[in-house]
Amino acid sequence: MPEIRVTPLGAGQDVGRSCILVSIAGKNVMLDCGMHMGFNDDRRFPDFSYITQNGRLTDFLDCVIISHFHLDHCGALPYFSEMVGYDGPIYMTHPTQAICPILLEDYRKIAVDKKGEANFFTSQMIKDCMKKVVAVHLHQTVQVDDELEIKAYYAGHVLGAAMFQIKVGSESVVYTGDYNMTPDRHLGAAWIDKCRPNLLITESTYATTIRDSKRCRERDFLKKVHETVERGGKVLIPVFALGRAQELCILLETFWERMNLKVPIYFSTGLTEKANHYYKLFIPWTNQKIRKTFVQRNMFEFKHIKAFDRAFADNPGPMVSGGIAALNHPPVVFATPGMLHAGQSLQIFRKWAGNEKNMVIMPGYCVQGTVGHKILSGQRKLEMEGRQVLEVKMQVEYMSFSAHADAKGIMQLVGQAEPESVLLVHGEAKKMEFLKQKIEQELRVSCYMPANGETVTLPTSPSIPVGISLGLLKREMAQGLLPEAKKPRLLHGTLIMKDSNFRLVSSEQALKELGLAEHQLRFTCRVHLHDTRKEQEMALRVYSHLKSVLKDHCVQHLPDGSVTVESILIQAAAPSEDPGTKVLLVSWTYQDEELGSFLTSLLKKGRQLTQPPPLPSPSWTEPGLHVSTVGALSEQTLQVPSLGTETMCHVPTQAAVSS
Amino acid sequence: MAAHLKKRVYEEFTKVVQQQQEEIATKKLRLTKPSKSAALHIDLCKATSPADALQYLLQFARKPVEAESVEGVVRILLEHYYKLSPFEIFQANFPSLSLESHQVLAQLLDTLLAIGTKLPENQAIQMRLVDVACKHLTDTSHGVRNKCLQLLGNLGSLEKSVTKDAEGLAARDVQKIIGDYFSDQDPRVRTAAIKAMLQLHERGLKLHQTIYNQACKLLSDDYEQVRSAAVQLIWVVSQLYPESIVPIPSSNEEIRLVDDAFGKICHMVSDGSWVVRVQAAKLLGSMEQVSSHFLEQTLDKKLMSDLRRKRTAHERAKELYSSGEFSSGRKWGDDAPKEEVDTGAVNLIESGACGAFVHGLEDEMYEVRIAAVEALCMLAQSSPSFAEKCLDFLVDMFNDEIEEVRLQSIHTMRKISNNITLREDQLDTVLAVLEDSSRDIREALHELLCCTNVSTKEGIHLALVELLKNLTKYPTDRDSIWKCLKFLGSRHPTLVLPLVPELLSTHPFFDTAEPDMDDPAYIAVLVLIFNAAKTCPTMPALFSDHTFRHYAYLRDSLSHLVPALRLPGRKLVSSAVSPSIISQEDPSQQFLQQSLERVYSLQHLDPQGAQELLEFTIRDLQRLGELQSELAGVADFSATYLRCQLLLIKALQEKLWNVAAPLYLKQSDLASAAAKQIMEETYKMEFMYSGVENKQVVIIHHMRLQAKALQLIVTARTTRGLDPLFGMCEKFLQEVDFFQRYFIADLPHLQDSFVDKLLDLMPRLMTSKPAEVVKILQTMLRQSAFLHLPLPEQIHKASATIIEPAGESDNPLRFTSGLVVALDVDATLEHVQDPQNTVKVQVCRVLYPDGQAQMIHPKPADFRNPGPGRHRLITQVYLSHTAWTEACQVEVRLLLAYNSSARIPKCPWMEGGEVSPQVETNIEGTIPFSKPVKVYIMPKPARR
Repeated sequence: MPEIRVTPLGAGQDVGRSCILVSIAGKNVMLDCGMHMGFNDDRRFPDFSYITQNGRLTDFLDCVIISHFHLDHCGALPYFSEMVGYDGPIYMTHPTQAICPILLEDYRKIAVDKKGEANFFTSQMIKDCMKKVVAVHLHQTVQVDDELEIKAYYAGHVLGAAMFQIKVGSESVVYTGDYNMTPDRHLGAAWIDKCRPNLLITESTYATTIRDSKRCRERDFLKKVHETVERGGKVLIPVFALGRAQELCILLETFWERMNLKVPIYFSTGLTEKANHYYKLFIPWTNQKIRKTFVQRNMFEFKHIKAFDRAFADNPGPMVSGGIAALNHPPVVFATPGMLHAGQSLQIFRKWAGNEKNMVIMPGYCVQGTVGHKILSGQRKLEMEGRQVLEVKMQVEYMSFSAHADAKGIMQLVGQAEPESVLLVHGEAKKMEFLKQKIEQELRVSCYMPANGETVTLPTSPSIPVGISLGLLKREMAQGLLPEAKKPRLLHGTLIMKDSNFRLVSSEQALKELGLAEHQLRFTCRVHLHDTRKEQEMALRVYSHLKSVLKDHCVQHLPDGSVTVESILIQAAAPSEDPGTKVLLVSWTYQDEELGSFLTSLLKKGRQLTQPPPLPSPSWTEPGLHVSTVGALSEQTLQVPSLGTETMCHVPTQAAVSS
Repeated sequence: MAAHLKKRVYEEFTKVVQQQQEEIATKKLRLTKPSKSAALHIDLCKATSPADALQYLLQFARKPVEAESVEGVVRILLEHYYKLSPFEIFQANFPSLSLESHQVLAQLLDTLLAIGTKLPENQAIQMRLVDVACKHLTDTSHGVRNKCLQLLGNLGSLEKSVTKDAEGLAARDVQKIIGDYFSDQDPRVRTAAIKAMLQLHERGLKLHQTIYNQACKLLSDDYEQVRSAAVQLIWVVSQLYPESIVPIPSSNEEIRLVDDAFGKICHMVSDGSWVVRVQAAKLLGSMEQVSSHFLEQTLDKKLMSDLRRKRTAHERAKELYSSGEFSSGRKWGDDAPKEEVDTGAVNLIESGACGAFVHGLEDEMYEVRIAAVEALCMLAQSSPSFAEKCLDFLVDMFNDEIEEVRLQSIHTMRKISNNITLREDQLDTVLAVLEDSSRDIREALHELLCCTNVSTKEGIHLALVELLKNLTKYPTDRDSIWKCLKFLGSRHPTLVLPLVPELLSTHPFFDTAEPDMDDPAYIAVLVLIFNAAKTCPTMPALFSDHTFRHYAYLRDSLSHLVPALRLPGRKLVSSAVSPSIISQEDPSQQFLQQSLERVYSLQHLDPQGAQELLEFTIRDLQRLGELQSELAGVADFSATYLRCQLLLIKALQEKLWNVAAPLYLKQSDLASAAAKQIMEETYKMEFMYSGVENKQVVIIHHMRLQAKALQLIVTARTTRGLDPLFGMCEKFLQEVDFFQRYFIADLPHLQDSFVDKLLDLMPRLMTSKPAEVVKILQTMLRQSAFLHLPLPEQIHKASATIIEPAGESDNPLRFTSGLVVALDVDATLEHVQDPQNTVKVQVCRVLYPDGQAQMIHPKPADFRNPGPGRHRLITQVYLSHTAWTEACQVEVRLLLAYNSSARIPKCPWMEGGEVSPQVETNIEGTIPFSKPVKVYIMPKPARR
């Protein structure tokens, strides 16, 4: 039994460390290769020893696919390819290929330089790893080998995020990675065609959430920033370097443009700057607005947003709008990292926290223990290192800008792709449970949610292609009255299996090819009638009756007393023993099986018509079927259990062959 | 090759069909030169049967055709075509139908379709064509099936045919046949089937309700064009059978078909293809019969966070507002979810209408968003409760990233403003847009504010503050803001009242400094207050002394913004305006009537008295028009008419009529000038006023006819020789003839008029010599009665003001000669009917100092329509000239182009084409209707 097997090494009922193994029709594919942010030990990377204990992974995996550049989807890649050892192809989209090494390098720096970890991958390893990458375009079908092919679909989420369809023969799996079903300021919405995969592996971060329109959030955000700036305050927006930062930049930039505001906006240098460069290059991956206007002006070439100089933060005092003075007092600053736990954002925060005119806007979720989390939960006095107490007077705002699909969006995508079954990853178990139930209830699609290391096996029924000769197809098509698309239709032919391919040919051709002689099959049937009349008379009655019933067919009364309907012969005979009983002999060839069986049943029913006074008890005998074969076989009589059994192969095929 | 040639021939036939009307004219012009075409002609004449002819044509098609004979060839082909009846061709071609390739067959069916559509009355052919189409429906090629379905859609009918030979075929149920192809294996054929069905509907056949279920199945088709067409079909059926009941699958309930269809189309708003989404969103707007319950669902989206019910931002805003606390929460967790959600009850994919607009308005394609906004607008116009509900969403759209969408939603809001009242928080969002850098957006918003209802005095204050902010940021918006405040004030007098002391910064005990009268912001505040005071008599009591003074000043300088007020203790103002505002209109209306009636006694007076009376009346009317802006159109219109009459009388008073002709060559100037001016004035009357009805058009044309008669007489008097006169006479008589034909229905009203008499004498005029004609005309002109001009109910004079360029700049616009410079032109047009249309094109004219004039036709996209009856032209005019030695001024003005044929009602005989209607029609002319603006330009010589 062919099957699809899925084993999450990470992201099974969990967020982070996405890594899913899929075997489909004998091919093994690894989807994503991420790290876990919550751990600093071995658990941060997926357990690749699951795949093989010894030996290189290349022998066990046909390809690796990376959906986007977030570290929880690609963080373990250098470790996997260089330290564990994998030389096969790694597929990702062009923007991911460009941005991924920057993030990996950053990650390495923090781990090695700051935390002083040993036995971590090196810069050279990142480079070597990236050399194994094959970049793909959207909707480009990439042939990994003769049978395995992959295709990328747009996923929103971050620049270059893609969903991948993995296909072997007629079996396919779609892996969504992270995706977003509502467009934002710089990216469009995820889209997939009706590809009807056997399995859809989807993220489920927001399995239990239905979100409000993003317009309200955006408006609130802009209003808050605008008001603070007008009041003369400063705004700090701690962000992660990539993804949301760009969305917020675009949002503020367009708002500044629209409202003709002059006050400057800064973003902290480093990562963001580098990333912006790539955002400028990959315009086709952005949303409609940016794509339409980039000819006039690339939206990522910010007019109002400038690189941040550390010295700016030190200037105290209220903001003076307009003029050169404004330059000394940066009013709006984007700074990394997003959770205010270290780095520039924390530095600026400490400087500005004392002034109640200022404001900090947290655009995302903060992990417990970070400064960000503390101030969000309402703490006003913070203990900094060195027993210092920082009083927070500035306003603290929370704005959720998340780029994951919510429950409705997930359902929408499942509806778009129409899969046979769904598998949930990248989410919390409790939330998945709810979504699983909903999917099974509302879409009537089976749904799975394996934990890490747990294997889900899906039986598939792959369709086997059969070649058919055009002549046969046309002949059979011509017999049909109306075209009925997508409905199975009966087709008569002979299936020849030869050299591991299948062909459907007409029986004549099959005989010719196999060098066999044709046998003729003839059914005969006796119908006992209780009738005292003579044979001739009775034949005449049968003739007139059939003539009246079978208007479309050619019914003839032959001079020798027999009746023919097309090629079916009916003879009346009188068995010697009972003069009151007559026997009708009906004989037809195999080809006329349909008409023949109809005729016998008609004759059976026709008793009432031929016999004006009804008899108290029917004297029918079961029609004995005699199959006589002519030709090479010796004459013999077979007892066939029921009518309509065919000795030749009946192949139901779909009439959906385009001509 | 042969197939290709054949195709060409068929194509030629198709072309021929479309030129049916030209046959007669071309017949006379046959080439006599023996050419290739002639040879063809002979060939074709020899042909005895259509099949023969076809052979000749085929041969001909193989030969190359030299350029000069192409015309002839086409002519002969045309001619020959009319000898064959289409039916013959059809029969001649038909045997080959079964033999050809699929492409040829499809092409042939296309031809048959063209033939069929040209012969709508020939039932027999139609039936046969339908039969042919049915026969080929089983063809294996999708192209052929497509064409067959198209043919069925265009020609198939349900009615029983009257002709005998079609009896067997009439029984065919075209709808059934087409419906069978809804499940064809080829998506193109499925689409064609649905299109054919829609075509049937368009031709007035009633579709069966059974189609509905079939169409619903197609909504889940794999191909977008099929889904898109299916959405249309469902919409059509839902409009046909809105009230019939359909069952809901998997339950026992039943709902109205239109509701069901609405739900289904709503579902398509979240389709995978944006083409379908646009289609669905557009159609939603026109489903007005849908029940309100379903309608309101479209805005419904149950939010949830971690399985707990969450309120939307809209709900929160509303709650905050109703609890009196006006601020958006600043705490984290402000939007924290409250109640637990019953997991079983949550429905993630709601069937039907739920949240359709929420999705549509958030779509990634702006086309979908615009369509959704439009649909929202249409539905809100028909349902006030829905309008109230959709407000939040519309307000949100004001912050869309694409300007077009923002603009559209502002316009939408304006259209539904009668049904809504803005909450304060909504107003806040709306007003935030006032800072937008796009002028269009700001002006649209001003328009919106003109007609919105605000609920609180804080709202008014907020609006005023924001508008003043806008004014300081964009001083060019001055006029628009003042106008906006005028309406805002007059709509909310009671809300403005408590604000007055604060706005005027008056103090109960102390005198405050007098504000600067030239400050636009102060004027803005005053405009708001004075307009509110108009219906709020207690307000003036709050004014301080200088406010009254400022009122008097503004009332004079900005009379269109400041209404007349009843002010206590102000003698001057109160005496002038003391009669109540309502009764004020009546006397002026009466006055207008009286003065016009007085004029109608004109013909009883002696010429001198008549002239004086007319002059007085014209003066009166003009003054009235200036005083009463509502009556300006009518007064102007009548004055123009009277001026025409006056000119006519004056011209007839000339002495020249009494003396022998040659002596008075010079003096005739006055008469001919009068004739010319009357002509001009009549064109103005006809085209520059909106609301002119047929009644008036007759009178205007009559006046023009008189002017033409006058012209004829003057020419007869002043020119020697009869030759030019002959032509003129004939032309004139033709025009009289036209007049009679066009206005035959109105002739009874023209008792005793010039035309009436003229038509009496028409037979005589036709036969007499020019000199005699002139003589008759002269006496008739003198005797003819003055026609009363019935006043139309609503009449407005078209006018235009050029806002930009202002024409005040002393700095010349410098540019290199030979190159172009773009001049921004911004103008408002009032009461101009379809400015984009070719019938009346606004033309910018640039007049250079050397007398050279340049006409520019603005693009249709340059016109915006900010309100009923008003248009805004924002365009660029490209100027260029050779080098000048010094800067000089050019004139820019707007002209109204007219085409006199457009106004005249089409008569059935015109189609017959007996008389070429060249005389009256196609007089293209222009009327200047704005003041010229001078622009200082300086083309410099190019530097080498």
